Amino acid sequence: MTDATLNSGGSGKSLTARDARTKRRNASEKRFQAYGMIAIGIGFFFLVVLAFTIIRSGLPAFTKTVVDVEFTITQAEYEAAESELFKTKAYQDLFIAKLEAQLQERGLEVDFDAAAIERLLGKTGGTIREYYQGNSNRLGEPVQFELAASSRVDGYFNGRVTRDTIQDSRFLMKADLDIVDALHTAGIMKSAFNWTFLTGADSGVDNPGGAGIGASVVGSFFMMLVVLLLSLPIGVAASIYLEEFAPQNKFTDLIEVNISNLAAVPSIVFGILGLAVFIQFMHLPQSAPLVGGLVLTLMTLPTIIISTRASLKAVPPSIRDAALGVGASKMQAVFHHVLPLAMPGILTGTIIGLAQALGETAPLLLIGMVGFVARGYPDGIVAGFTDPNSAMPAQIYTWAARADVAFYEKAWGGIIVLLVFLLSMNILAIILRRRFERRW
Amino acid sequence: MPLLWLILIVLAIAAAGYALGRQRALASAGGDNRALHSLPSYYGSNVAIKAIVPAVLLMVAWLLIQPLYVGNAISGMIPEASVKEGSSLGLVMAEVRRAADGIDAAIAQGLLTDDEARNAEADVAAISQYLKDAGQVVTSELTRPILNAAQQYRVMNATGNLIMTVAVLILAVLGFLYGLKESHANFRARNSVERSVRALLVGAASIAILTTIGIVLSLVFNTIEFFRLYPAADFFFGTNWAPSFSGRGGSSDLGVLPLLWGTFYISIVALAVAVPIGLFAAIYLSEYAGPRVRAFAKPMLEVLAGIPTIVYGLFALLTVGPLLLKVFGDNGLDWMQSGTAVMTAGLVMGIMLIPFVSSLSDDIINSVPQAMRDGSYGLGATKSETIKQVVLPAALPGIVGAILLAASRAIGETMIVVLGAGAAARLSLNPFEAMTTVTAKIVSQLTGDADFASPEALVAFALGMTLFVITLILNIFALYIVRKYREQYE
Repeated sequence: MTDATLNSGGSGKSLTARDARTKRRNASEKRFQAYGMIAIGIGFFFLVVLAFTIIRSGLPAFTKTVVDVEFTITQAEYEAAESELFKTKAYQDLFIAKLEAQLQERGLEVDFDAAAIERLLGKTGGTIREYYQGNSNRLGEPVQFELAASSRVDGYFNGRVTRDTIQDSRFLMKADLDIVDALHTAGIMKSAFNWTFLTGADSGVDNPGGAGIGASVVGSFFMMLVVLLLSLPIGVAASIYLEEFAPQNKFTDLIEVNISNLAAVPSIVFGILGLAVFIQFMHLPQSAPLVGGLVLTLMTLPTIIISTRASLKAVPPSIRDAALGVGASKMQAVFHHVLPLAMPGILTGTIIGLAQALGETAPLLLIGMVGFVARGYPDGIVAGFTDPNSAMPAQIYTWAARADVAFYEKAWGGIIVLLVFLLSMNILAIILRRRFERRW
Repeated sequence: MPLLWLILIVLAIAAAGYALGRQRALASAGGDNRALHSLPSYYGSNVAIKAIVPAVLLMVAWLLIQPLYVGNAISGMIPEASVKEGSSLGLVMAEVRRAADGIDAAIAQGLLTDDEARNAEADVAAISQYLKDAGQVVTSELTRPILNAAQQYRVMNATGNLIMTVAVLILAVLGFLYGLKESHANFRARNSVERSVRALLVGAASIAILTTIGIVLSLVFNTIEFFRLYPAADFFFGTNWAPSFSGRGGSSDLGVLPLLWGTFYISIVALAVAVPIGLFAAIYLSEYAGPRVRAFAKPMLEVLAGIPTIVYGLFALLTVGPLLLKVFGDNGLDWMQSGTAVMTAGLVMGIMLIPFVSSLSDDIINSVPQAMRDGSYGLGATKSETIKQVVLPAALPGIVGAILLAASRAIGETMIVVLGAGAAARLSLNPFEAMTTVTAKIVSQLTGDADFASPEALVAFALGMTLFVITLILNIFALYIVRKYREQYE
């Protein structure tokens, strides 16, 4: 900079004229600013790519392909099928005959055999027989059947399986796709909303179509209940002590250091703690939402304490002084006046802490809450806490770790469900803050 | 569930105590609450607290001590001969516990009667058949010492539970009566209740200390157990990681170095992505962006931090991995064998850390006093020159602290590496090769049905200890730097 003065002084140029050096400095200024914008742009880019990937890959999990077909089985046909040795086989043959007839009506000609139908739709005969055994009065009338197609057929409609990439296997043959196309043109095979995915439990490794996230949502719910019931009172009590009562001494310092360190301990270490203390030592049931909730409570406590202390600190001292002045004890001043005023901030912090706990996976895997445990809904409230179950993120992990590609789609779908929960919790927190927060 | 009932009964006693204590205090003042020392509800709370607190404390202590006591007594009963070669007392105890649980389940299903379960002379083969029928996992045929130990275990636990129930109830009633006796108009009930509440607050605050102690103890005990089965030197300096699950001990190589190398390599890649992007984003947001851009861009970037790590893991496994494979794989540059690699995990982890670096650095840059910038502008420096030569050097210690915190996050991150980095442990410089990390191996060694007493499972605790120590040092160092720096300008 001293050079610049010397130069301009020496050459006698006007100060307003831009010499090469100024231009260089201005260019470097522009470049620097551009780096910053690029950095933010990259951040946004990743965010958009992430959102796009999640939506594109996850939405197919919410639809499934069904065969929607209406046909009539007469009393005579029913009796004939019931008198056969292989009854479900007889029903399957009936079903195929009806299907073929319907296709011919619409002028579509495809050969199909029992094996192909079984690959596409599973064991249809059993389903149909079961229906007529329960509703024998519907014999002779047209009945609407909705049968779920296999996950490979789903893949064909989603573009995951194409005619070029498909390899003949016991799950799907190339020739089967002709049938699928014919059924699709006839309007018999179509997409429907996959309620099983939202309400069902985890399925076996060979049945991606039947996998659902419902049971693990329930597991997550019970876990969050434990976290809320424990971490809110404990967190608030700890913050009140540290903020309002704690004297300046070694013990208080020790607590403060511990809290700030615990906030940065890797989550998996909390999983090890849960495994060693709650399961090995206390013999609490493995894979139970209760244990998961306890581990996540310990993990979220530092977050909740830090935010609660901030909101207690934001309440002005004049409130406390006024309460003490009219004769309240210190405890009464805090519990009757400071705490209610700090509550919106505390709740906001708690909801954000819960959202963080809801997405946590690693500690849950260590205490056995892996996805394949979530085989059904718990029966009853106590069972909800103590029966083995999974949680949403652990369920997603289990699907992602399976070999069958069809499960990946479920994993993305599960992420959409998880993010919907997280988003609503965060929006709730923002609304609470907007609505009730007071600036002093 | 008898424990639940016990708690409910104690709560009922406390509720009755509240009502009675309040009434008794009011009655002693002749129904005029101005004559009371404290508000009537304090007298009620005083009785309720005296009924609940000692009873619950006793119950918790009992529940913690009873398993220890019973475990000790039972392991003293097991003759040394029944601890087989290559096995340990811990394994035998686990089997005893399993057998006891199995007997409980068999009784619950009505396969065994209570008397049969207690009979010390019972036919061992018949009992193991019952357990198998009840769907219990019995590793091998039960032996007589184990069966007898399991029976003794059940008896001692049942007696212990009974004594506990009685003791807790007596204590609750005693507390109730004592509190009731105190409830008199002159009694300072508010002071007494406030002392208890204060103790409760201190207790809640101490949970942070208890958690740390719990973490350290659970890591230390299991790590010591591991080093008894596996030499410490081989663990810390071994360059080969090959756990075996077929045979117990001996044949496994459990060297931590390849795992540490994988951890650091992935963290370095992640920081190489996150630090430049995060730092420039922070500089732009704090120095250039107007309030409206800032109000929009900052929360948007922080959304990246709020996304659960499992989402990033899936993103690495299914999107970034295949994408990198297309560019660097067989059809492209041929550097990469599979989608899971150091690069995949590092890149995705870097994305996750961007908001972490940017918001911490943003705070630190903002706390550099405006006077320093003004001085620099006054001398004719441009904005970027001011940032490079004045603001950043002043903020440097804080930024280093932020980067260290981000590094500790990267080292402790689990789901991204479990899904994105592969499972093979190797010491290699190629970032396109699959490697694995400490956290990923903790997950793989502790999930599944591994026995807690085998070195293959216990090694996870030694890995956890390594991880905890490394992140703790990084955190303490980073917090120290950040704090020291903050004091400088405040």
